[in-house]
Amino acid sequence: MPGILEDKDRIFTNLYGLHDPMLAGARQRGAWNSTADILSMGRDWVITQVKNSGLRGRGGAGFGTGLKWSFMPKVVGERPHYLVVNADESEPGTCKDREILRHDPHLFIEGCLIASFAMQAHTCYVYIRGEYVREREVLEAAVAEARRERLIGPGNIHGWDFELHVTHGAGAYICGEETALLESLEGKKGLPRLKPPFPAGSGLYGCPTTVNNVESIAVVGEIIRRGSGWFASFGRPNNTGTKLFCVSGHVERPCNVEEAMSIPLKQLLEDHCGGVRGGWNNLKAVIPGGSSVAMIPAEQCQDVLMDFDALRDLKSGLGTAAVIVMDKSTDLVRAIARIAYFYKHESCGQCTPCREGTGWMWRVMERMAAGQAEMHEIDMLLDVAGQIEGHTICALGDAAAWPIQGLFRHFRHEVEDRISSYRSGKPHVQGATLIAAE
Amino acid sequence: MSVRRLSREQPASFAFSEATQADIQFWLGKFPPNRRQSAVIPILWRVQKQEGWVSEPALRATAELLGMAYIRVLEVATFYTMFNLEPVGRTLIQVCGTTPCVLRGAGEVMDVCRSKIGPKNHMSPDGLFTWQEVECLGACVNAPMAQINDYYFEDLTAASMAQIIDDFAAGRDPQPGPYVDRANSAPVGGPVTLTDPSLFDGSRARKVELPNRVQPEPAA
Repeated sequence: MPGILEDKDRIFTNLYGLHDPMLAGARQRGAWNSTADILSMGRDWVITQVKNSGLRGRGGAGFGTGLKWSFMPKVVGERPHYLVVNADESEPGTCKDREILRHDPHLFIEGCLIASFAMQAHTCYVYIRGEYVREREVLEAAVAEARRERLIGPGNIHGWDFELHVTHGAGAYICGEETALLESLEGKKGLPRLKPPFPAGSGLYGCPTTVNNVESIAVVGEIIRRGSGWFASFGRPNNTGTKLFCVSGHVERPCNVEEAMSIPLKQLLEDHCGGVRGGWNNLKAVIPGGSSVAMIPAEQCQDVLMDFDALRDLKSGLGTAAVIVMDKSTDLVRAIARIAYFYKHESCGQCTPCREGTGWMWRVMERMAAGQAEMHEIDMLLDVAGQIEGHTICALGDAAAWPIQGLFRHFRHEVEDRISSYRSGKPHVQGATLIAAE
Repeated sequence: MSVRRLSREQPASFAFSEATQADIQFWLGKFPPNRRQSAVIPILWRVQKQEGWVSEPALRATAELLGMAYIRVLEVATFYTMFNLEPVGRTLIQVCGTTPCVLRGAGEVMDVCRSKIGPKNHMSPDGLFTWQEVECLGACVNAPMAQINDYYFEDLTAASMAQIIDDFAAGRDPQPGPYVDRANSAPVGGPVTLTDPSLFDGSRARKVELPNRVQPEPAA
């Protein structure tokens, strides 16, 4: 058996789209099974189950999902409650929510109903990134089907009036930040809001709102059907459950796979992806959680576990569990320069350190990738990165600084070599597979 | 931040087509009546579907439709990069150029676009193509990939990209999806997981007794 998770314990059984994603197929695979029973147990029970399962948000930050739900006001006042689902999946390396939306939409809709019930919301908005046109079409069709079968909608068979609306963005990474998403949903530019007030107090249209990732919502139904103890039995304490991993880059067979948390990175790559291209010894570095986290060098990949705490201890992070593998042919400086360009492109421009800093860091990184820099600029760059980090409204500033800090933490010598070989007139391009950003 | 401005050349007028108007009603139905502004992004997207791009008269018409100030619509159109602020070719090719795709050869795919179509962000002289380098499109395990018009063409090579461009030029309709032998995001050579037949035989649809069940709380 490849990996450590058995097929019987997988939640997303149609991950690869080999089966019918619509209602008949989804029911056959267990979606909408006993949903009415779940709701009949009451909202406190539901929240307790999710808390006990140890489910941590799957969107990157890893905040406890059950705990987040419990921040919603206990009593609905004048303002209605909203559930907003963040399907603005744009973190480079990440492509898991896409599979849920287009291949297991009913599991997801069911999760929306349960979550909305738990926080007394009658309306849920799903904000899908604009580029996911096919995914939106499938989800709209599934929602129409669920409405037709009275699984959702007013007066549905589950006894909790519930409306689910699918809407979309138009190409802005920043709208994956929860308050920027709310702004975008209100028809404005996606500029993150200052917190507090947190969305649970004042979110969409100024009403109590919870924003959750697609994967966090889609697993809720199965967690409750099988028991929080079942979910908590995978992975290490505080890092429990099953998780969709997206493995891209220099592996033999890139793929998405659902695995148990805390699976060793090496096992994940070798069992599911055919190993690193050219063998394990050809590995140079791995970005383990999407472009926003720091890379880890091959030595640390040997026995690191894929979970929040193990990667945090290496000054990296699990993020969205999007593993980007880079072998020895990779020009790491170029790779990070391209990521720096991404953040420059996607900064919303609201906070000065990020608006000016991301562009500045990108330009310096481009010069360093060519070797056309001064040695002292390395420390200047790290100094600027440190000044962006933690000095912006949202985490995009941090996310722009971390990959650069990670590069210099482990591969500073490469940049230094490049600068000195450029100055001494030696060739400085080492089997580069990356092309320059514009 | 990316600097985006309206095109210098603008049409004299704009009108919503009947199909667009029907779509607008569908989108307005999703939001509370006093929150029409929420529909601005989907509506601008429908406008772009109708015209191929968003022009200044279209922005003004949208502002009027939604009861928004023109500047608020302009802000949205210039902030979100999927809105084309000038005309594009009939086939719009958006090649993902972010690191995971570049690691697997997006550079070669872009070279093909450059040699067959011309410089990026410019419409080809015959009006058939525009190609752009865009940021991560979220299909990284199928890298390198491109979004062509609405759909994703995945696992591209220089050869398959050239073929796709030729097909579009010849008026054929190439199929989206992976261009190597794999099903969606499953590994090449077939899935090694999710092979247990009992997942799909209906045994999961049988009534389950919920674990951790307690006496239901009295209805509040």
